[in-house]
Parts: sequence; structure tokens; C-alpha cells
Amino acid sequence: MAETVLESQPDLMLDLDRSAQGDLRTEEMLVNMGPQHPSTHGVLRIVLRTDGEMVLEAIPHIGYLHRCAEKIGENLQPYQFIPYTDRMDYLAGMNNNQGYALAVERLCGIQVPPRGQAIRVIFAELNRIASHLVSLGCYGLDMGAFTPFLYCFREREMILDLFEAACGARLTYSYLTIGGAHDDLPDGWIDRCREFLDYFGTKIDDYNNLLSFNHIFVKRTSKVGIISLQDALAWGLTGPCLRASGIRWDLRKVLPYDGYEKYDFDVPIGRTGGNGEIPHGVIVGDSWSRYYVRVLEMTQSVRIIRQALDQLPSGDFRAPKCTNLKLPANEVYVEVEGARGQLGFLITGDGSAIPSRVKARGPCFCNLSITTHVCRNVLLADIPAIIGSIDVVMGEVDR
Amino acid sequence: MPPEEICKLLKDRFGNVIEDTVLEGGHPYARITADRWPEVAMVLRDDPRLGFNVLRCISSLDLLADDKLACVYDLYHVPMERPTELCTQTHVFAVRVVTDRNNPVIPSVAHVWPAADWHEREAYDLMGIDFTGHPDLRRILCPDDWDGHPLRKDYKFPLEYHGIPATTEFELTNPRH
Repeated sequence: MAETVLESQPDLMLDLDRSAQGDLRTEEMLVNMGPQHPSTHGVLRIVLRTDGEMVLEAIPHIGYLHRCAEKIGENLQPYQFIPYTDRMDYLAGMNNNQGYALAVERLCGIQVPPRGQAIRVIFAELNRIASHLVSLGCYGLDMGAFTPFLYCFREREMILDLFEAACGARLTYSYLTIGGAHDDLPDGWIDRCREFLDYFGTKIDDYNNLLSFNHIFVKRTSKVGIISLQDALAWGLTGPCLRASGIRWDLRKVLPYDGYEKYDFDVPIGRTGGNGEIPHGVIVGDSWSRYYVRVLEMTQSVRIIRQALDQLPSGDFRAPKCTNLKLPANEVYVEVEGARGQLGFLITGDGSAIPSRVKARGPCFCNLSITTHVCRNVLLADIPAIIGSIDVVMGEVDR
Repeated sequence: MPPEEICKLLKDRFGNVIEDTVLEGGHPYARITADRWPEVAMVLRDDPRLGFNVLRCISSLDLLADDKLACVYDLYHVPMERPTELCTQTHVFAVRVVTDRNNPVIPSVAHVWPAADWHEREAYDLMGIDFTGHPDLRRILCPDDWDGHPLRKDYKFPLEYHGIPATTEFELTNPRH
């Protein structure tokens, strides 16, 4: 791991050697990055042990947003807890709603009607696009590209408008709930959604021209923070971070839920550049790969939404009698493929209406745990490139 | 590989170390003696028939009625022979390690799955389980000087933290349900 990073920075290492031989004395210094820092995507503090421009070690300190949502979950009925799941990964609230609802449904044996499932898929994928747009825009900001951020937020705004039309909220939706969706789609929503998809399909090329294939951006992010497939699996990485390390693994394909097996879509992975569309210098598992997997995933999400809109069944959007549930004395562990990776919920029932244990496995929590391993002997300026490419949302890391 | 076969394989190999297997219900698991757990974990990861190379999650449980604490380890297998081809198959399994509530000690498996590092720190922080052999066992979500372990069922909510008012007397005497 360390060797590949050093290889990628040959000029700098020569300079360091020279300065060590001359009168420049280098010494180690501890630098606090965060908790309030534009490049840490929320309240994340990283203690950096630096030597000049080199970071020898980076130790993340988390917990600034800790609200012990799991404890709250042990004191509320499942449908009352749905709004709390929104506030975990607040950029992908729909996916969180879906994960918790699925876990409760599996525990109680509730069957979601086909229309409810299709609505869930549509909203989960729309939210995945919205979340990836924030990720792309902010990553551009981290790398000094301001403009793509505005473009990404322009399109995200349209998705938020669609969400607002369906459920009235723009960030904390509580729309996908136990048994299906909270409400049916409003009149004209499907046409509005199709209009957006037609518009958005052409915009991905804009992002690619503006940011993805920008020479400076590629130089800043390729060969930086390389995570091998073995490391990614050992540290429990999931989602785009895992797929960027070159494995075609997606929970929607492996253990489908909510009818994902009915939709035809590809699972993009990270590839080494040189020939074809991937720029020269990109290596599987580097920061650029993690970024670009998200761009490709947006195209796939558009494909899924189109199919779901075309085959949208009529009928109920929610199973009956899904409030005031008695939770059987049983235990389930369910994971869904959220925007940032696999979001898991373990729920234990004891015969009463309130679960005796709710455990949330946040994908960012696991993805962030690899930071110390990756940020060893890298340049100080590469730290935002690595952290940004992991795409953490602290609300979910800390829960 | 279905959970029945996994349990049989483990029982043949480890005998009494596998205290119990629960195959019914939504979450099949094997209960394993705490002090032999890392050894079993190594086999779960390295045996080619099992190949549980990913630790998904560690969930700590407070079994107050039995005066025990437990950890549930959720595992799955990610096939790595042809990574660029679409994976469509996996097998999942869960392991439960139960420990005494008054002296909760479970050996760490952070050397088997590095993912366990933060999960064990979280279980230590919120449930107060001591993971022996963990490289850096300290609180991860709560502040270092926090009192108690919030996910314990008998946890007393603090009234204040460094002068910051927290729970009120009213909330303590009037739970929400």
C-alpha cells in the first residue's frame, strides 16, 4: 500500500530527501483538521501527524453528531422511528426509510403491494441520484472546482421539487414507510418525473466535461488513496467505495429486495485508465475511480426509474394495518444498497410494540474506518481528495 | 451454503465450542464460547468452503433478563475469483457470543477482520463490552469522559454534562410511551 503511494509521488520524495540533506530541518507536527473544516464534509476531526507536507498518520475522531438513535429506536414504535432514520444519512433519507421499513416488514411478515415496491424503487433511485450529485459537487469544491457544484445543485433542486410534490418535505421525507409508501403519487407526478429524466440524461455529459475528465481534476485525484480489493473487503467497505476497487458487487443484484430483480441495470466498477474513456493515469481503487463510479451509477439509476415508471402497477401503495404493530419475539438483520453503501438494520422484537434492540449499520461508518490505513505517507493536499472520495455523511457515521 | 451445513461443519470441527445453533427465525446463528471465538473466526474466514471474508456488522445486545450481554457478528462471503463479473450469489451467517453482564469480556477479532476495529470500539463505548486484544480500545462516539454505556437497559440518563442541561426530571419520570 505505502509503496504504491510513494511510487506515485516520485518527484516529491526526491525533494524531501534533498531538504533533509540540506539545512532544512523537518520535524513531526500534530495538526487538527476539523471538526469545523470545509473539506471534512461535516463535523469530522482528523488528527494528522505531519512531517512538512507529508502526512505520516491520520486518525479520525468521530461522534460530534452522536444522538444515540439506536437508543431512541428502543423507546419508540417502528413507525414512530421512521423520521429518525431520515436524520441519519440526511442526504439520502429515502434509502434510510426504506432500509428500516424493510427490516420491520421482514420481522412482522408484511408483504408490500407491487405498487408500493415500485414507488420505493423510484424514490430510492431518485435519492441516490440526488445524493451522488451532492457528492460530485462537493468533491469538485474540495478540489478547487467551484462551478460543477452549482450545476449539480441545480439538478438536485429538481429532484427535491419532485420529492416535495410527493411528500411535502425536501430533506427529511419519512415518505417510504412500513408497508410501502406513505402516500400515493400525486396527479401528474409521473409526467414531471419523466420530464426530469429526459432533461437529466443529457446533463451527465456536462459533469464529465466540466469535472470528470478535467485534466487538473484527474491529476489531483488519480493514483491517490488507492484501496485494493482485499483491503476494501477486509475493512468492510460497501457501495461505490467497494465497487471502485474493482468488484461487481451490488446488493440490489446479490440479494434483491423491493423487486429490484425485475429491473435491468448494470453495476459500474472502477477500471484502470489508459485506453478508452478512463483517463490515463487512473488506477483501480483510487479516488478518481470512486468519484467516477458515482457518475456512472447515476445513469443506471435513471435506467431503473424509467423502467419502474413504465411498469408502474396499479393498486395499493401501502399494505394495510402497518401502525400499532406487535413485534414477534424474533430477530432480523436486513441490509439495503443505500447511496453510500450497505445500510443495515438489526431489529429484535419481544412480543411488545416496541423493539428491544435497533442496531443501525451505517455504511459511512465502515467506509471511514479505512482512513488511517489509506492516509499513511500521503501528501497533506491529498487528504481532502481521499476523504471527499469516500463521501462521508457524518450524521450517519455518528447516528 | 445454507446455515444448517455451516453449523454442522463448525460442530464437526469444534464440538462443544459451538454452544448452540438457532436455525429457525429470521436470523440463523451459532452461539460460540467467548474464549475460543477468534479461533473459530479464523476458520470462518479462511476455510475455502466457508470463506466469510467480510464482517458486515457487530451488534451488541443487552440480555437483561438473563443477566448477559451479547455480540452478534454478521458475516457474508464475497466471491473474489472473477471480480469483474457480476456477483449474484453469496451466503450469509451470523455468530453470537454471549458474555457475563457484570464482567463482559469478549476476545477481539480485529486481527481477523480489520472492520471489527471500529465496530468493537462502538460496542465498548455504547454497551461496555471489553474486547481483549483490541489494538486501540477507547470510546468512539461518546466523549472520553462520558459516564456509563448508553445502550445498557439499566442506563441512567445524565441530568447534565459539563454544565450543559441534558435530560430533565420530567422526561425521566414521564417516558414517552
